[in-house]
Amino acid sequence: MKKALELHEFVKEVKRGNISIAEHTEKILEEAEKSNSKFHHFNLIAKKSALQHAKEIDAGIKTGQHKGKLLGVPITVKDCICVKNFESRAGSKILTGYLPLFDATAVAKAKAEGAIIIGKTAQDEFGFGTFSNNVGVDFEKPLNPIDPKRCCGGSSGGSAGFTALTSLAHASLGQSTGGSIASPASFCGVAGLTPTYGRVSRYGLIDYANSLDKIGSLGKTTADAALLLEVISGYDMNDSTSLKAEAQDLANANPSNDLRIGVVKEFFKACEEKVQKECMKAIDKLEEEGATVEEISLPLNAKYGIAAYYLASTTEASTNLARFCGMRYGLHGKLEGNFNEYFSKIRSQGFGTEAKRRILLGTFARMSGFRDAYYLKAMKVRTKLIKEFRQAFENLDVLVNPTMPLVAPTFSEINKLSPLQQYAMDLCTVPANLAGLPHASVKAGEHNKLPVGLMITADHLQEKKMVQAAKAAEGLK
Amino acid sequence: MTEKVDKKLLLRVAENARLNLSEKEIEEFLPQLQEILKAFDRLDTIDVKDEKPSFQPIPLENVARHDVVEKCLSQEQALKNTKNKKDGYFMGPKVM
Repeated sequence: MKKALELHEFVKEVKRGNISIAEHTEKILEEAEKSNSKFHHFNLIAKKSALQHAKEIDAGIKTGQHKGKLLGVPITVKDCICVKNFESRAGSKILTGYLPLFDATAVAKAKAEGAIIIGKTAQDEFGFGTFSNNVGVDFEKPLNPIDPKRCCGGSSGGSAGFTALTSLAHASLGQSTGGSIASPASFCGVAGLTPTYGRVSRYGLIDYANSLDKIGSLGKTTADAALLLEVISGYDMNDSTSLKAEAQDLANANPSNDLRIGVVKEFFKACEEKVQKECMKAIDKLEEEGATVEEISLPLNAKYGIAAYYLASTTEASTNLARFCGMRYGLHGKLEGNFNEYFSKIRSQGFGTEAKRRILLGTFARMSGFRDAYYLKAMKVRTKLIKEFRQAFENLDVLVNPTMPLVAPTFSEINKLSPLQQYAMDLCTVPANLAGLPHASVKAGEHNKLPVGLMITADHLQEKKMVQAAKAAEGLK
Repeated sequence: MTEKVDKKLLLRVAENARLNLSEKEIEEFLPQLQEILKAFDRLDTIDVKDEKPSFQPIPLENVARHDVVEKCLSQEQALKNTKNKKDGYFMGPKVM
């Protein structure tokens, strides 16, 4: 990865007048356009509006208006997060042509701090994937900048891919339902932060599963991602699940070396040996630096996490996606037949294979006669899994494990996996997401030049500890 | 959880979900969904009869906004994203 200025340094230079925002924005747009024909990290590059915005900020600085924690910072936004007047499709053909009338709260907050939105990033359709291989009909898969035969991870694949690729100051807004920030961060070797459920407003997010979705951040370093996460966090009356929690200073959180760390035995055992080895090396170093490390066990989460997560998330997805029917926005057709025939026709054309699979699974799990045995059962199991985490955090600050059980696989390797085998790859990331816990993925090491991610999970609303641990792990040499 | 999905049930589910499945899709999805649901049967091995369901990961309070008139989308804005409109209204397919 090429060395870029960290965002806080970049903003400092901007405020001193040492960086022209217009020039920097032009450079990163050029890089995005040039790389996109090969790597497909973008579903949309917003050249005109980004350059216009950059010029406005430059002019403002000249007249003494130079406030903002992200002044002039180019930000990419996962396609499922609405940006006013930017085609926002959540990676799906069914949202073709949809131009939101408003900014998502997270986007509005970033803009208010001076960020420049340069484009929408590629993803698995609606977030339905672990590798960004399940892109929508007529979309291109984003490729890993370290080796284009390999995936970026998913579902925030374009966000992580471009964060790794760019040589310039930049950060990205991602979104996680079951690990969609951590997975691509791990495979692309960048930092990904997912907050506590409710910490960041979901207003303006094209939802996958309401009780699981979190908007978060990706950056080349934890500090970059933490600055963006700090900016987008906070209560929002437009989201009824938004938390009234005290804000934390994440950007300036110092790396902490005296944390009590729990190493999750079952998650480690499920990973490839080379991945285990790189993560253990990082954990050993954290211990040398002063952390207390102990092995802990989360047997219920390891055994039941995947099943509970996929039943919960697909059930919610199947109701969320019911609104897409070719009437009010997105893909349209000629109004023929009765409403059932018309809606079914548009939906069958607009949704890709994995979206259909998950809609079917979720519709089944909540259908009369099956709801108690599948959906409701999964929700009760979820209670048990949350309790297991709660117990673990009684004596520990953070839990650690490999983010993904393997390094970024090639697309031909992925194609050999059945859907169930692909779901099973989320073993380490799904439990924290099901419990709404904040978690980070940072680069722990490499195997044959391919990054290995270490996942750090903290208790509810303990984002600061998560960032402190992530910075400590990242600083290890 | 002994119920298993067969072709008839799959078609019923698809109809509920407003999806037309091709023969090829049925052939692909049926064994995949059977495999997935069989694996998820492991939820039968955990006792949760005394547990309450967690519809949210952390406890939330019911919130309601203040009952005041606020600015909302104009009719024109609300219709901006559709091609199916007539006289300031959405135009939908036939209901009857």
